[in-house]
Amino acid sequence: MDAQPVTEPIMIKIEQVNKTFGEVGSGTIALQDITLDVAQGEFVSIVGPSGCGKSTLLRIIADLISPSSGSVSVLEKSPRQARLDRDYGFVFQSPTLLEWRSVLKNVELPLEVMHGAKAEWKTRALQMLEMVGLKDFQHHYPWQLSGGMQQRASIARALAFDPALLLMDEPFGALDEFTRERMNLELLNIWEKTHKTLVFVTHSIAEAVFLSSRVVVMTPRPGKIATVIPVDLPYPRTFETRESDRFFELVTQVRETLKEEFVGSGTLPLGGDV
Amino acid sequence: MGVPVAAPAAVDATGVVPKRADGDNRWLAPVLVFVVVMLLWEAAVRLMQVPVFILPPPSAILSVFVADAGMLLLYGFNTFRQAIIGFAIGCSGGIVVAMITARSRTLSDVLVPFAVASNSVPIVALAPLAIVWFGIGEGSKIAIVALMCFFPTLVSGVRGLTAASAAEVELMRSYAASEWETFTKLRVPTALPYLFSAFKICSTLSMIGAIVAEFFGGSVKYLGVYIKTEANILHTTEAWSAIVVACLVGISFYLAIVLVERALMPWHISQRREE
Amino acid sequence: MAKSLAIADSALSRQSTRNGNQVRRVVAFVAIVVILVVLWEGAKALFALPDYKLPHILSIFEALARPTPKGMTLWVLLGDTLYTGGEAVLGFVLGGVTGFLLAVLFVHVKPAERGLLPYVIASQTVPIIAIAPMIVVGIGRMGAPPWLAKSIIAAYLTFFPVTINVLRGLTSVHQDQLALMHSYAASKAQIFFKVRLPASVPFLFTALKISATASVIGAIIGELPVGSTRGLGVQLVIGSQYNTFNPGFLWATILMAALLGLVFYGIVALVERWVVRWRAPIRED
Repeated sequence: MDAQPVTEPIMIKIEQVNKTFGEVGSGTIALQDITLDVAQGEFVSIVGPSGCGKSTLLRIIADLISPSSGSVSVLEKSPRQARLDRDYGFVFQSPTLLEWRSVLKNVELPLEVMHGAKAEWKTRALQMLEMVGLKDFQHHYPWQLSGGMQQRASIARALAFDPALLLMDEPFGALDEFTRERMNLELLNIWEKTHKTLVFVTHSIAEAVFLSSRVVVMTPRPGKIATVIPVDLPYPRTFETRESDRFFELVTQVRETLKEEFVGSGTLPLGGDV
Repeated sequence: MGVPVAAPAAVDATGVVPKRADGDNRWLAPVLVFVVVMLLWEAAVRLMQVPVFILPPPSAILSVFVADAGMLLLYGFNTFRQAIIGFAIGCSGGIVVAMITARSRTLSDVLVPFAVASNSVPIVALAPLAIVWFGIGEGSKIAIVALMCFFPTLVSGVRGLTAASAAEVELMRSYAASEWETFTKLRVPTALPYLFSAFKICSTLSMIGAIVAEFFGGSVKYLGVYIKTEANILHTTEAWSAIVVACLVGISFYLAIVLVERALMPWHISQRREE
Repeated sequence: MAKSLAIADSALSRQSTRNGNQVRRVVAFVAIVVILVVLWEGAKALFALPDYKLPHILSIFEALARPTPKGMTLWVLLGDTLYTGGEAVLGFVLGGVTGFLLAVLFVHVKPAERGLLPYVIASQTVPIIAIAPMIVVGIGRMGAPPWLAKSIIAAYLTFFPVTINVLRGLTSVHQDQLALMHSYAASKAQIFFKVRLPASVPFLFTALKISATASVIGAIIGELPVGSTRGLGVQLVIGSQYNTFNPGFLWATILMAALLGLVFYGIVALVERWVVRWRAPIRED
């Protein structure tokens, strides 16, 4: 693998991870030989077509599922310990807001679950809502918000307990192109303000290149890492970044990698997400 | 430096669910429960010397059931005949009114809340009145059953017939389909699941309606009258054996509806095997 | 979350159309009542129906105003209505709590679900209401207060919809909502109280609305057997016996039963509207 040398301390270390759903041997191989390091403060995107195991990989990091073999460490701990220590915030593709709670109460949820000081819940939640521009909507119920606003609330919720790591699973996948591009800029803004480490799963090549400092390209059947492409576009990125030649070159580079893989393996990506 | 991976996490977030126990095991637990409950019942009644007129042991009920089987089944059939005729009248009436109602948004907006309200009226209270209107014979029982079945079918029918999405209606329109075609090819199939859930409720309601209407009076050759009479003269075992018949008839009626549903809607989600 | 695409401001406009619907509904309701009255009196005149089959609407009110040894008929009937209502409410609470606890048990103890759920379902496909006379006689013989048997029958009719709907509610939680709680390393109790339980509340109310009616039916049926002395069921039996002499009375009793069912249902529906106010407005019907 052409992993880049990283100078910052390592936050996530993935070594030789395999994941098979069903019986070993006869089951579906979702991930094969995944090795990847993510440094602190990095913005890493994992991009690939449906069925390449990118969501599975993210969920393994989050200890929402366990790998069949191999080892994963998050902040030099097991993923399970990292989860118990509430080291990461997870953002799902659907906003996953609890529909019986107001926006404010939704953002307070992790603080409630983690038994934070009750006096701080509201202040903290309001800070987060202010950051994502939803302060005026704190008393609304989820159904009263648009899809983009709901996803912003869900990001605010993931940040509410100030985890060092943010894991995002196609958070903008269900949004229209315009909303998505605006959300991309907002997310970069938040990332620059908070210095979180971000692992971002997407099936949009442009989104991956635009957002991240490194793009991990995965291919399906079985899911493995085809290549890791460092993105040398300077931060802060703007709308103009998308129009630069370098942006197009990088997008093309990712696309070519995916094309080669398909031609090489003689298969086309079919079937559902893993 | 990597830390060895921990034991499997509690939540399999991808939704991959471990396979359920297969067909053979599915019946084991319920059968076990049945046997245990019967044994406990028998033992409790014998050990605590509960008087037979309060709660007879299952063995006594069974022996009375076997002895009176011919008579009980005849009574059961009589009651069932009222139930199914009332069911047919009530449900088809409900469907017809639903078809008319569903054609107009205003009409359904007005009528559906009214039908829902009627659903919350204890229709059995009308049983004595039905006797006045339709006589002490089968007519009054059929009328009550029909009325009990009418409103649930109407409500479900209107919901079902208006359940097709705007996109589906537009699709039919893009084919220049006639109203009749839209009705038979889109609205009716969409409404079927709703109707069948109403039919299932009504099959139960119809037996309840017939039996309760019989509580208000009628010939002794019907389950409701028989049960009430026997219970009043403390022939509890006889009454219980009649209840067994009522249960058997009721469950057969229900299962028959389920079978028809399976045959008519093999595509529906409720037919997919669990997990 | 398909409904969520609505923008925030539309909440207000929805509220106003909802009020518009309310007005239309009241108008429609009044219209239906007027139509019914016209049909009623029209049918009576047209087919020359005798009073014992269809009395004048006015004579129902006359029957209510008639004095009895125990006071005006209206107050007597109201007393019976409250008595039956009390039995129904007690049964409703009893059955509701039992049904709810059963659902919670089924969610957490799989063997219990496997062994018992088929019977819970089967219990409703059979007309076991036929058991009512036996319960009344049996419990009466054991010296229990007369209302207990009726409440037990009401409870029996109540528990099933609650169990089935709450079970559906508790298990219908979105996978990702559970994964979210898992990512917070939430305890089982937290998952139950913060996610499963609130998610099941709308389902609970669907059931409670059905149960409200069912419990009234149960209480009335429980009053039918010989030996009962109070309640609407008793008055129904009396009313049908004296229908030829006093046709308005049977109708008045039926009216009371209908009102009891409607009011009980209405109260549950109002509580639902208040408790589940976080929900997106759906077509109310």
